[in-house]
Amino acid sequence: MTDEYEHYEAVVVGAGPGGAAAAATLAQNDVETLVLERGVEAGSKNVSGGLIYAEESAPYTIDGLFPDFREEASERPVTEYYLHNVAGEQVKPFDLTRLHEHDTAWCDAVLRRKMDAWLSDRVHEVTREAGGGVLEGVRANGLLRQDGEIVGVTCDEIDPITADVIIAADGVNSELARDAGLMDWAEPEEWFQGVKAVVDMPGDVIADRFDIDEDEGVAHLFSGDLFEGVRGGGFLYTNQDTLSIGTVFHLDSLVEEQAEPHELLDALLTHPILDQWFQGEYDELEYAAKLVPDSKKVAHPDPYRDRLLLVGDAAGQMQAQGPIIKGMNHAVSAGGLAAEAYVDASLRGDPSRAGQRYAAKLRNEGVMGKLRPRRYRVVRTLGEHRPVTRVIDGVLTSRIGKALVGNRAMERVIGRAYNSPYLASVAPDTRTPYVTLPAVLGEVLGEPVEIEAEHDPIEPPSLADRIGDLTYDTDIGNPHISLIDNSIEASGNAVTACPVSAEDFGAGCYREETVKTNGDEERLVSLDTQPCIECGTCAIVASTRWEHPRGGKGVEFKQG
Amino acid sequence: MIPTNPRIDWSRPDADVDTLIIPDGNVPHRHEKDWQMAWGDVMHSVVITKGVPDFSEGQVSFDEDGHLERGKTPTVMNPNDEFAAQAALQTKVRHGGRVSAMSMGPPGYQSVLQQAMEIYADELYLLSDREMAAADTWATAITLATGIKKLGAEVEAPDLVFAGFKTADGETGHTGPQTSLCLDWPLLTHVIALDVEEDAGRVRAKRLVEGDVEEVETVSVPLPAFIVLDPEFAPSYRIASHRLRLKDLREETTARAAEFEDHLTVWDHEDLNLDPDYIGLDGSPTIVESVDPIPKPPAERDATMVDPNDPDEMAAVLEECLAFVEG
Repeated sequence: MTDEYEHYEAVVVGAGPGGAAAAATLAQNDVETLVLERGVEAGSKNVSGGLIYAEESAPYTIDGLFPDFREEASERPVTEYYLHNVAGEQVKPFDLTRLHEHDTAWCDAVLRRKMDAWLSDRVHEVTREAGGGVLEGVRANGLLRQDGEIVGVTCDEIDPITADVIIAADGVNSELARDAGLMDWAEPEEWFQGVKAVVDMPGDVIADRFDIDEDEGVAHLFSGDLFEGVRGGGFLYTNQDTLSIGTVFHLDSLVEEQAEPHELLDALLTHPILDQWFQGEYDELEYAAKLVPDSKKVAHPDPYRDRLLLVGDAAGQMQAQGPIIKGMNHAVSAGGLAAEAYVDASLRGDPSRAGQRYAAKLRNEGVMGKLRPRRYRVVRTLGEHRPVTRVIDGVLTSRIGKALVGNRAMERVIGRAYNSPYLASVAPDTRTPYVTLPAVLGEVLGEPVEIEAEHDPIEPPSLADRIGDLTYDTDIGNPHISLIDNSIEASGNAVTACPVSAEDFGAGCYREETVKTNGDEERLVSLDTQPCIECGTCAIVASTRWEHPRGGKGVEFKQG
Repeated sequence: MIPTNPRIDWSRPDADVDTLIIPDGNVPHRHEKDWQMAWGDVMHSVVITKGVPDFSEGQVSFDEDGHLERGKTPTVMNPNDEFAAQAALQTKVRHGGRVSAMSMGPPGYQSVLQQAMEIYADELYLLSDREMAAADTWATAITLATGIKKLGAEVEAPDLVFAGFKTADGETGHTGPQTSLCLDWPLLTHVIALDVEEDAGRVRAKRLVEGDVEEVETVSVPLPAFIVLDPEFAPSYRIASHRLRLKDLREETTARAAEFEDHLTVWDHEDLNLDPDYIGLDGSPTIVESVDPIPKPPAERDATMVDPNDPDEMAAVLEECLAFVEG
């Protein structure tokens, strides 16, 4: 029976920004709130590209909830924002600062270990006062049900807990969302995969090479033909003493092109355009990866079931608005609204209506409208067809198209178009905006870039070195992923798509093996979870039984 | 809420303590007076610990004859005593009350007690003066047992005394059991898990039989009891509120350990009312005649130093290796 279990009024799973916003809001309303975090410290399991926004129109912002956030937990503000269109070694930059500043109160680069650990300390202080607190190293592994209804969570490390409200802010690979049947891992086209390197660079060197003050920062985006035709792009953000450099690609495109994520990252790192900032020096601190849900397709319109409310990545609340990706800000809004919904519902004597109230608030506060813009649905039906894409790409790459793009008047139009939030939100998921158009722009309007003679080209670390530099606490004898179907057809895509695996690389998670039995030879996929960085890619592209490692086990990101 | 401990029947007559039996000769231990333990109503755990040379890599220092250079080797808390402190912390998390850490040794052992406090302790007690110096395990046990009784008389009667399994230097494993003998309390050794049954006034423990991980027995004894933790001991916190309390206590004790002097009490033999003839060197029946260093095993192969920058020497090495490459 569930009576014998410990009861908290609220349980929040995950101490990222969504969980922190929910827990702090609950505790401020005197709700006894227990927060469960599976990492050894909050932030040790978290990765993001690195920008957190505070939107003017948002119901909650991170600094609204945690006043010292920008001074204590973030890196540099983004004061300049550029998009570089690359064609070979020709590059055409556009200034996107205007798009970046649309509806933006502020935007800072962040590193998640530092940020989430700081947030979690604040959350522990306020939740402890309300009778709960934050527990690290505890993994919620499923939902506790009574008579078919969700009443709590079960955990690896501690006994089950019942609660009046359960807020699942357990990230993109949320086990609670799947247990509730609210989210699945079925379709690669619903996801992006991001890969990132954190690169050491002293603050004064950053200021010098990027021509900024110590309280300024830059975002550079890269698209065009430098990624083997895979749909996606690259980014570079300035932190206080490091750079965050990464790539984000549509997962279906990665799979289709059989591209290796670490090689695409290296294609960006070694492109001559980065030489102006590296100047022949490259010291990588951490390699990381993460799945990014495409909210246009997967943000759950009613992210609740019984007493369970989903927040942030767990609910698919990650907005890819053209080149700009916004996730953490929506998680903060959703966390605040979920908490508010529960407090409202329980004040009115019916806490079981918290979920309905939460979904209504997401709609009424405009959050759902940003995550799933209605106009995108129209564009998608028109624009995301191969024949249409082929015609548009054909015209763009033709002489007429290039002449049109090369027209000086057209350059201004394109600059304006890039800066349009409306167009950004309706850009179709085709090759055109990611590859074709940027390559044409780079080719026709771009200036050549090259590595200066006195600089050696930089050499990014090998995948083996990248894995070797990561910190793991391996749960020996208890792998958290297993293959259901190890045939090449079912799971072979993981060998390339997994960011810590590669063809002809024996020390990664996935590899192809030849098994000989009675004179027969068979090609199979084999799995070793030791190097896993818990991104979840293989849960989508391969046939696996996928869980997070137990509390405190697995990879521990120091930067994030 | 912290559960309170109901008064537990303290059935042992105090008179017994005055006539402790020394195993080797029935010599009565002569106190002028003994300490009357005052029973309180909270759970009180005492951790007994000892300083040992830090044998970890890069810390330990030996002279040319292979003798330990104590002056050059830092003193640390005996590594196995960490399990005792962890067991006391687990008891505090589950039942509240207080944890005292106690050691007998030179003034420098303050840092050993500080290390215990870094894991967990509310108060520290150091039994220290020249009369206690050069004690063997028996004289140490008498001293510690008296310290525990004084603690019981003046502060709070202990329910549990926790000790680690063997020290890293002497490795006799005597001191804990002999201290329990002096207290005349039930003794549980090789304990890997424990649970205090407050209402019943008992402690239930899982222990390794013959120190073998394959064979585990569960035993139950009345409080107060003396427990020696096996290095296999792991504290268990399965309740969320216990983990939250653990986090609070760890934070508190970390802050306290930074200013441990404020929580340290030092008792000399007079404070303990101990006859100098029965403690320290004079009270030690053990005589260490001599210590023989373990001889180094003879080298089986000769090593030849090669300068990697000398092309002739390197060529000779490569030539020698070539034979192996070619098989």
